[in-house]
Amino acid sequence: MSEHTATWANVYDVRPKSDVPAESPLAWSYHDSGRPNVGANSRVVMRERAMLGHLILRGGAIVLDDVVRQVLGLPLPARPNSLSLDESGERSIQWLSPDEWLVIVPGGEECELEGTLREALGDAHYAIVNVSGGQTLLELEGDKVCELLMKSTPYDVHPMAFPVGKGVTTVFAKSSLILRRVGETRWELVLRRSFADYLYRWLLDAGEEYAIGVEA
Amino acid sequence: MFHIYCPYCEELREEEEFHPKGQAHIARPADPEACSDEEWGDYLFFRDNPRGIHHELWVHAVGCRKFFNITRHTVTYEILETYKMGEQPTITAESLANREAQGSVQVAGSGQQTVGASNASVASVKGVKA
Repeated sequence: MSEHTATWANVYDVRPKSDVPAESPLAWSYHDSGRPNVGANSRVVMRERAMLGHLILRGGAIVLDDVVRQVLGLPLPARPNSLSLDESGERSIQWLSPDEWLVIVPGGEECELEGTLREALGDAHYAIVNVSGGQTLLELEGDKVCELLMKSTPYDVHPMAFPVGKGVTTVFAKSSLILRRVGETRWELVLRRSFADYLYRWLLDAGEEYAIGVEA
Repeated sequence: MFHIYCPYCEELREEEEFHPKGQAHIARPADPEACSDEEWGDYLFFRDNPRGIHHELWVHAVGCRKFFNITRHTVTYEILETYKMGEQPTITAESLANREAQGSVQVAGSGQQTVGASNASVASVKGVKA
């Protein structure tokens, strides 16, 4: 190993509270494609939970599990394609690969969380990357969400194959995203920033027959 | 479309999520400086092209993004097994040939019939594994 291994990380708040406006990756899409109203006949309702804190956590499961339980009070999901959520549903950890997890917390908490995790992990072998600016989270709710997803992804989203608390990275509308089921009729899509507009328009188009509405 | 079992995600996924990356189990020469040009050229450029069992490296590109190995039949396209990096295949051309011999199945000289004979033993191997 090189003797010049970095022993410190430059942790800084990527969204400081300042006058500089910050916008969700979908800001332009709302302006350009509009937001269909939620009506009485809307079988699918979409809402964006913008500006959340997303952290990618990499390292050994045993070391990370200890620290994550201690800092977040959530167990690290050890089984493939699983998801742990706290009671409010605002903080979650998802398994992405055998040594990689996605942590989502309310916006503004991520910088402090990253610092706390780094402190607790000490000189363990790990990596934490703040990817908050790179992705956004869309929530779909309604009794026809499954049908909408079936049109968009080859992954089996039937309730028997996709129970609540499961999350996968998969192909979606010729693009890719993270798909997770957080409730009986509630699903979350974690989109990459550069695909957000395309996927938003895809979802509006696919959801038209279910009178999809977008909540502000 | 194929369904391919990812040994890291521990489930069958759509073929679309994977990319093939060529022949598996190619070890880099321990001392490249000591290689002859021929040995180094073999390592870099020359790959097997068997008719029958082939061990390949694949990546679950849209998914866990891990590399893993697939044992595949190049004639029937049948995927016999998938296994993680660093592991050795349990099904090889030799192991299948041994099974044929033990089962005293007449293996015909022509390639097509050999394939047909192999498939029966493949099914039994898969049955044992499952």
